[in-house]
Amino acid sequence: MENEFEKQFLDLQKKVNKIEKGTKDQLTMVVFSGDLDKIIAAMIMSVGAAAMDTQVKLFFTFWATAALRDKKKSAKGKNFMGKMFGMMLPKGTTKLKLSKMHMAGMGSSMIKGIMKKKNVPSLEEMFKTAGELGIQINVCEMSMDLMGLKKEEFIDYPHLKICGVATFLADAEQSKVQLFI
Amino acid sequence: MTQEEVNALNVDLVVDARGTACPGPLLAVKKAIGDVEEGEIMEVLSSNEGTKHDIPRWCEKMEHEFLGVFEEDSYTRLFLKKAE
Repeated sequence: MENEFEKQFLDLQKKVNKIEKGTKDQLTMVVFSGDLDKIIAAMIMSVGAAAMDTQVKLFFTFWATAALRDKKKSAKGKNFMGKMFGMMLPKGTTKLKLSKMHMAGMGSSMIKGIMKKKNVPSLEEMFKTAGELGIQINVCEMSMDLMGLKKEEFIDYPHLKICGVATFLADAEQSKVQLFI
Repeated sequence: MTQEEVNALNVDLVVDARGTACPGPLLAVKKAIGDVEEGEIMEVLSSNEGTKHDIPRWCEKMEHEFLGVFEEDSYTRLFLKKAE
């Protein structure tokens, strides 16, 4: 009888270990879109999650990578295509467009004005808060390659790492919540 | 909560998050919870409608005890007790 209990106990312990290793109190978000509104949403959710003590890992890929550019920085040694992309892609958060009602920049200015009036922090402030809360930003190396973006032109963010899809997948596998924006 | 229930509470810290928008109140509460001792009571002021639903959920997750809400004319008072 006692042996039976012991066996059951060990079985349960094994299962608990597996569950604990399996998913953490962690949110992984793919930030794919380079639209102002979608990145604002991504950052509000991330900061909110961090306020709930959830670990946050953001995977910036494709159009979103351009949002990480610092308007005051530039990178040397780009090839022709890289330079072209560099010119066409928005240079940082202040140059992002709205996914709807952009109206040649009028919509974006309006939304920023409304946000200020309603005391919603600006996207730039949200990135600063995210850094203070330890939110990790992983940037997709392949997207950077495709668009000719270099690390030197990114914002000074305390937890920024260049990585590949395996990092995202490993993070996502361990996360209770996964989102795609 | 009734006015009597609120008056009976021994609030140790008041956090004024009025004027901030989501996730401002949440951040303010997260920051302030470190300033109170276990078992102490914190009061949060918010002019944000959503905070009424957000703070109870935050408490649930962080295992603090949510005590209740009291509505003033232009803002909400929320009470919670830090987990022991």
